Amino acid sequence: MKLGVITWPGTCDDVDARLAVAKVAEPVALWHGDSDLHGVDGIVVPGGFSYGDYLRAGAIARFSPVMESVIAFARAGGPVLGICNGFQILCEAGLLPGALLPNAKLRFVCRQVDLEVQTTATPFTSTCEVGQRLSIPAKHTTGCFFGDVPSEQVVLRYAPGHNFNGSQDDIAGVVNEQGNVMGLMPHPEHAVDVLTGGSADGLKLFEGMARVPVA
Amino acid sequence: MSPSPDTTASVPGIENAVALGLTRGEYAMVVQEMGGREPNEVELAMFSLLWSEHCAYKHSKKLLRTLPTEGPAVVMGPGENAGAVDVGDGWAVAFKVESHNHPSAVEPFQGAATGVGGILRDIFALGARPIAILDSLRFGEPDSERSRYLLDRAVAGIGHYGNSIGVPTIGGEVVFEAPYETNCLVNAMAIGLARTEDMVRSAAAGVGNVLVLFGASTGRDGIGGASVLASAELDAEDETKRPSVQVGDPFEESKLVECSLELLQSGLLVALQDLGAAGLTSAASEMAAKGEVGLDLDVAKVPLREADMAPFEIMVSESQERMLCVCEPDKVAGVLALCEKWEVNGTAIGTVTEGKRFRILRGDEVVGDMPVSGLVDDAPLYDLAPEKPSAPLYPAPAAVLGFEADVREALIALLSSPNLASRRPLFEQYDSIVQSRTVRRPEEADAAVLYLYDMGEGAPSIAASIDGNGRRVAADPYWGTVGNALECAANLACVGAQPLGTTNNLNFGNPEKPHIAWQLTEAVRGLGDACRALEAPIVGGNVSLYNEGADGPIYPTPVVGMVGLLPDATRAGGLGFTRDGDAIALVGWDGGEAGEGSLAASELSKLRGEALPDGLPEIDVAQVVGVLDAVRAAVRAGELSSAHDIAEGGVLVAVAESCLAGGRGAALDLGDAEDVWTSLFGERSGGFVVSGPREVLERLGTSVPVSILGTVGGDRLDIAISSLSESWPLAELQDANGALAPLFP
Repeated sequence: MKLGVITWPGTCDDVDARLAVAKVAEPVALWHGDSDLHGVDGIVVPGGFSYGDYLRAGAIARFSPVMESVIAFARAGGPVLGICNGFQILCEAGLLPGALLPNAKLRFVCRQVDLEVQTTATPFTSTCEVGQRLSIPAKHTTGCFFGDVPSEQVVLRYAPGHNFNGSQDDIAGVVNEQGNVMGLMPHPEHAVDVLTGGSADGLKLFEGMARVPVA
Repeated sequence: MSPSPDTTASVPGIENAVALGLTRGEYAMVVQEMGGREPNEVELAMFSLLWSEHCAYKHSKKLLRTLPTEGPAVVMGPGENAGAVDVGDGWAVAFKVESHNHPSAVEPFQGAATGVGGILRDIFALGARPIAILDSLRFGEPDSERSRYLLDRAVAGIGHYGNSIGVPTIGGEVVFEAPYETNCLVNAMAIGLARTEDMVRSAAAGVGNVLVLFGASTGRDGIGGASVLASAELDAEDETKRPSVQVGDPFEESKLVECSLELLQSGLLVALQDLGAAGLTSAASEMAAKGEVGLDLDVAKVPLREADMAPFEIMVSESQERMLCVCEPDKVAGVLALCEKWEVNGTAIGTVTEGKRFRILRGDEVVGDMPVSGLVDDAPLYDLAPEKPSAPLYPAPAAVLGFEADVREALIALLSSPNLASRRPLFEQYDSIVQSRTVRRPEEADAAVLYLYDMGEGAPSIAASIDGNGRRVAADPYWGTVGNALECAANLACVGAQPLGTTNNLNFGNPEKPHIAWQLTEAVRGLGDACRALEAPIVGGNVSLYNEGADGPIYPTPVVGMVGLLPDATRAGGLGFTRDGDAIALVGWDGGEAGEGSLAASELSKLRGEALPDGLPEIDVAQVVGVLDAVRAAVRAGELSSAHDIAEGGVLVAVAESCLAGGRGAALDLGDAEDVWTSLFGERSGGFVVSGPREVLERLGTSVPVSILGTVGGDRLDIAISSLSESWPLAELQDANGALAPLFP
């Protein structure tokens, strides 16, 4: 099982994502300018500030050569996980519904938050239970989710009192209609080891992703 | 090509030199350096910047030479872009603190942001990957609108830069005192990690080698910014200085980090240097001076933002996010290819020459020709004329707590005071976890802890802390500074770390005034003595002088940053109580020979509006070092449940903080006290509040002073002392401690 992690200029959490992936699969570094996916079985679009978040978070990165391949891979049913800036990029690319707006208080916030699993009918949450709480850090300025999403596509919601960014209906993570593309604002790759993550709850999403049968 | 600048062209002359900050005597020395010829516009601009206080350390260099800089762990000492210490297995940690005070006072967001950008460049210029940022901030009291504005924008600027570039901001401090009202302090410290063999120095070498400038293009922003702003007092005209504040672009810098590190890993570079204060002038001259070579630099090849820039403007521009490297001629193509990969502008702009002359060319024309040693090494050094002031320099702070207030009110007032309230509303604006090394986040422990997983199986961790109580230094420059260094080391001890090295930023007023010279001299003496006792040599640092506004000088503020090593991250200490039933002990003070706290220059005395005392109680430094050793050993052995050093606010505030961090109450019986206020709120180096099994604490008492104060548990803090008993629900303490939240709506 090989999971690719894409790096753009300005991506910051790519190394973290590769460290997390390494706990469940073989990590493969993918480059924004290279449309070759190197035969990976799944793709992580990591967090950071691709192209400095200039113009609009994710708006420039979605035009990179690698994204044409990612879109084709996703349309073919391959698992794609977008984290934070990766979520923003997948929304900009039209792979996920909705959009991310500036936080309600317009400030960057870095905070450990509790999330509640809404559905286990996605590869990513297949190792969780409905209603299970995951403790995962979130850190962003532009994470207020907005959009019309059928409730079956809402995978994670902020637990009561944890929705600091003002997201609609406490939505923290969504999937596409097919359920193979997921985006979330909190950072599961920063919660894979209790030593540095405060919890290892984020590992569940990567374990779920790695369990998807290779097509 | 003409061999030398056109000497018939008009020279700016001595009056312009004075306007640029040189004294008449210094101008005469410059003419002498030029072989009797008066400098032209380019040459005068370059001399005036390199001979400024900021670049030449004219008033501090002699003092700095007295500091201890050597030790077994030192890999690079002062003089390089940053210092570095050995962390084992062929790895080194580089670190340095630097100030961006005056730019931040003029434009806080960009001033603070570019302060972070600048110190990060110092780190990766060595070939080290930046892994952490800490900051040390000083503002006027938050009841002033201007202070709130400076605080809000400086914090936003630090966050903007550090968050966007993917380097965690893991710790720091912020202090509010009236003397910083017009002259805030923004000091930023960065830490980097490198394989020792991959680190690179900044000395240019190899005649015929090529000078490549890469990164952002050069504009008029920041012309004379840091070097001019940092070398004079602030005044009412500061608004007009806004154009000399640089503008930062963390995205450009994040590409620059990756590009620089990949260039070094590919073995393409001979030397690397960042462009900071005085831009190309300083970077190129320093590389030439260290390599004892000359340079030809063609300003016509420098990519410009504005086409009509004069040669002197190109040479002194402080445009951010630029690096200068030296490579062999056959490696230029490889260097430029990597620049292209990272979407960074790279241009060959000069060559290394024989003869130790720095020549500035514009195409075929020589527009400046100076001796390298004259520019860099021959700036005059001045002796200070220190004199202890005969009258107090600082007015008493405004009283906010009456002497009639009882202990109950005093603890609430302290916990909610701007200097002691929780920093959560600030540090939540910083990414403290990116790069996956952060073992102790802000407010979890006295020092931040980073796990160096890069070093493989069994990797050690480092701890970092930054401290600088200016009020205590104002009361007593020597003992106050000793206290700052001991405080830093105490923070490290609480997580189980042994100091490896120290960096410092000396923030003082105008050193030409005898009383400021006295503060500076005494502070440096204290810093040297403390670091010698701690075996924590000073591997780098920065000096920021002329921090004065219309109301007078700032509190003298030597900010001390320390990095230490701990072998086992899983045993890193924390400050919060973790287990009901644990015993709580005061370690290090015994009220007798080992001393106890004092209210002199304490937070309580500040709230009461008391004037600063003339002098602080002496500290038995050797005794404190022994206590640090014992606490560190107990934490490393995994015997303690919590460890927290007693700092501002004394024992009771320390206990309250351990309660809040752990979400557990405590019941204390402090027995009979000679003076209740001193026992509860007195401050002094070398005291700790720890918790753990009673027998462990009693065993600790066989080597250092330990008194059992009480027990962890419940949801209240209860104390009994002399005939007094008080009780606070934790929720009330929590509310009080959240007092800064309204500053960040």
